[in-house]
Amino acid sequence: MRTILYLIRKEFLQIFRDKFIGRAIFAVPIVQMLLLVPAVTFEIKNVKLCVIDRDISVESRALINQLEGSTFFKIKYSTFSEKEAENLLHRNKCDLILQIPSGFSKNIGTGNPVKVLASINAINATNAQLSWAYLNGILRDYNMNILLENAGDLAVSSIPQISFSNRYWYNEMLNYKFYMLPGILGILVTAIGFLLAGLNLVKEKEVGTIEQINVTPVRKYQFIIAKMVPFLIIGLADLALGLLIGKLFFNIPFEGSIGLLFLASAIFLVAVLGLAIFLSTFSSTQQQFMFVAFFFLIIFILMGGIFTPVDSMPMWAQKFDLVNPMAYLMRINRMVMLKGSTFQDISRDIYSLIIIAVGFTAFAVRMYRKTA
Amino acid sequence: MKNTVISVKNLVKKFGSFTANDNLNFEVYEGEIFGFLGANGAGKTTALRILSGLSSPTSGEVIVAGFNAKKEPEKIKKNIGYMCQKFSLYNDLTTRENIMLYGGIYGMRKASIKERTEDLLEKLNFREYGDRMIADLPLGMKQKLAFSVAVFHEPKIVFLDEPTGGVDPITRRQFWEMIYETADRGITIFVTTHYMDEAEYCDRISIMSEGRIVALNTPEELKKQYDAGSVEEVFVRIARPPFPPSRSAGFHAGGQNRAETKPPSGGWGPGIGEGVLE
Repeated sequence: MRTILYLIRKEFLQIFRDKFIGRAIFAVPIVQMLLLVPAVTFEIKNVKLCVIDRDISVESRALINQLEGSTFFKIKYSTFSEKEAENLLHRNKCDLILQIPSGFSKNIGTGNPVKVLASINAINATNAQLSWAYLNGILRDYNMNILLENAGDLAVSSIPQISFSNRYWYNEMLNYKFYMLPGILGILVTAIGFLLAGLNLVKEKEVGTIEQINVTPVRKYQFIIAKMVPFLIIGLADLALGLLIGKLFFNIPFEGSIGLLFLASAIFLVAVLGLAIFLSTFSSTQQQFMFVAFFFLIIFILMGGIFTPVDSMPMWAQKFDLVNPMAYLMRINRMVMLKGSTFQDISRDIYSLIIIAVGFTAFAVRMYRKTA
Repeated sequence: MKNTVISVKNLVKKFGSFTANDNLNFEVYEGEIFGFLGANGAGKTTALRILSGLSSPTSGEVIVAGFNAKKEPEKIKKNIGYMCQKFSLYNDLTTRENIMLYGGIYGMRKASIKERTEDLLEKLNFREYGDRMIADLPLGMKQKLAFSVAVFHEPKIVFLDEPTGGVDPITRRQFWEMIYETADRGITIFVTTHYMDEAEYCDRISIMSEGRIVALNTPEELKKQYDAGSVEEVFVRIARPPFPPSRSAGFHAGGQNRAETKPPSGGWGPGIGEGVLE
C-alpha cells in the first residue's frame, strides 16, 4: 500500500509538472462542453424550400403562407422552372422542392383528388424523413382548413375523429441539449483518462524509465493501480467540472443522485483505464498507442449510443455493446440525470460495468511484463 | 572460502536464431568488484539484464543472491541495485523526489529516507541540487546520482551498465571512488565498461567476445598470461572488434562456424530482440 502511495505521488507530480497537460486537463473539458453541447443537435430548423407554384391562386398562396409561417421551413426560392429548381437542389441551395400543379385550386373546388409533389434531398435520411413529416403535418392542417371552409363548423364537428393529446416525459421541452449533455460528459471523461493514462505508460517505455522500475521489486498490480488512480481522480474532477458547466450554462436538469452518477463514472473509468493500460502494454511507441486508442475510442463512442440509440442498431452491434463500457455509461448518465433513476433501476448496468472494469484491469496486470 | 553471490552455469540466451549469450559460466564473490568487459555487441548487457531479473534466460542455471533468475526474478530484484546504461531516473522529478520514490519502492521508512537523502546530498556536494529537476543536472552528476539511487537501499549486489560512458575524467575518478566506498561496505559490484583503465581497478575481470567469455581472472594474472603491459593490450588481443574488416562476416557470429550463426538481419547492428544487446 505504501509503495502505491509513493508511486501515485510520483504520477501526480509528473502530470502537473507538465504545464501544458496540467492546464489542458481542465481546459479541454470546459471548451468541449461549451462547444459541443450547443453544436451537436438533431433539431432541424430552417429547411430551405424552393416552391414551384404553377397555380398562382388564392389557395396555393394560402398553402405557401402556411409553410412560411412555420419555423421549420424557410422559403428561399420561388421559380417556374423545374430545371432551375433541380439545379438549386443539386447545389445544396435548397433542401426541398415543392411543386403545386396548375389546376390545384380548381380541383379543390370540384372535389377531384389534389396532388402536390415534394422532392427532398435525402442524403441525410433522418432530415429528409423529418422534413417530410413536418410537411405532411402542414398539409393536414391545410386540409382541415379547407374542410372547415367548405362544410362549416357543424358538419366538421360531427365527423368522428380521434384526437391526441401528448406529453413528453423526462425532457418536456424536447431540448436536445439535455439529451446530448450527459453523453458528451461521458466522452469527455473517457478521452482524458483513456489517452493520458495509456500514453503515460508508453512514454515511460520510450524514455527508458520503465527499465529502472522493472528492476525494482514493485509488484505489477501496484504499478498499474498507481498509473490508474491519478487519472481516475482527474476524470472525476472533470466530470464535476462538466456538470457544473451544464448547470450554469445550459441549466441541465439533474433528477437523480449525483453520488450515483459519480459511482457509475468511477467504475466506468476503471474499465477504460484498464483497457488503456492493457493496450499500452502492447505498444512500444506513443504513435502505436495513439493509433490503436483512436480506433477503440471511435468504436466505443459511435456504438455507445450517444448519437443513435443502441436499440435501433443491428443485433450484432447490440451484442458488442455488452462489452462496450461507453454504452453502459451513456444509458446510466441519461437515466440518472434526466429520469432520476435510482440504484435499483440501473443495478444491472452497474454490475456489468464492474465485471468489465475488473476484467480489463486484470488483463492489463497480466499482460504487463516486468521480465522480458 | 569466499561467499558466492552470483553463480552462472551454462547460461544461454537466444533471440530467435541469434545467440546473444553462448554458454556462460562464472561466479562472483561477495564484496568484490567484478568487471564485465567486451566489445559492443558482445552480449554484456544481455547477460546483465538476465542477472538482474529483467530478462529470462533461454537455458542454464543462474543464481543471484540465492535466487534462481528464471523462476524467482522478483526475489532477486529485492536484493540488487541496477544502473541502466541509458539514464533512467525521472528527468521531470527533482533529485529529492527521485530518491524518495525509489527509497519508498524498496520499502524504506520515510524518516530514514529523508535522513539518508540529506546525508547523501551532503556527501555528494549536491545540496543546492536537491530541489532541481534532474533534467537540468550535468551528465556527470546524473550518473553519480543514478549510482547513489541504485545503492540507496543497501542491496547485496549492484549492477552497473557502462556507468561512466561519456563522463569527464575527473568525474570518472570520483565515480570510482564511490564504487570503492560501496564495495568496502560489503556490496558486490558488477560493472561493465569500455574503459580499460577502469578495468585495472577491478578485483577480477571477464572479457566477452561474440557471446562467450573468453577470459576471466584478476587483471594481474591476465596481463601475465597474455604477456601484456596493460588490460587494454589483453583486450585488444582477445576481444574481436565489433566491426570486422569484411562486412559479410557478420560481427555477431559466434565461434568457429561464423557462416551458420550469422545474425538474421545480417546487418551492422543486433537488429533483433529489444535493441538492448548493447
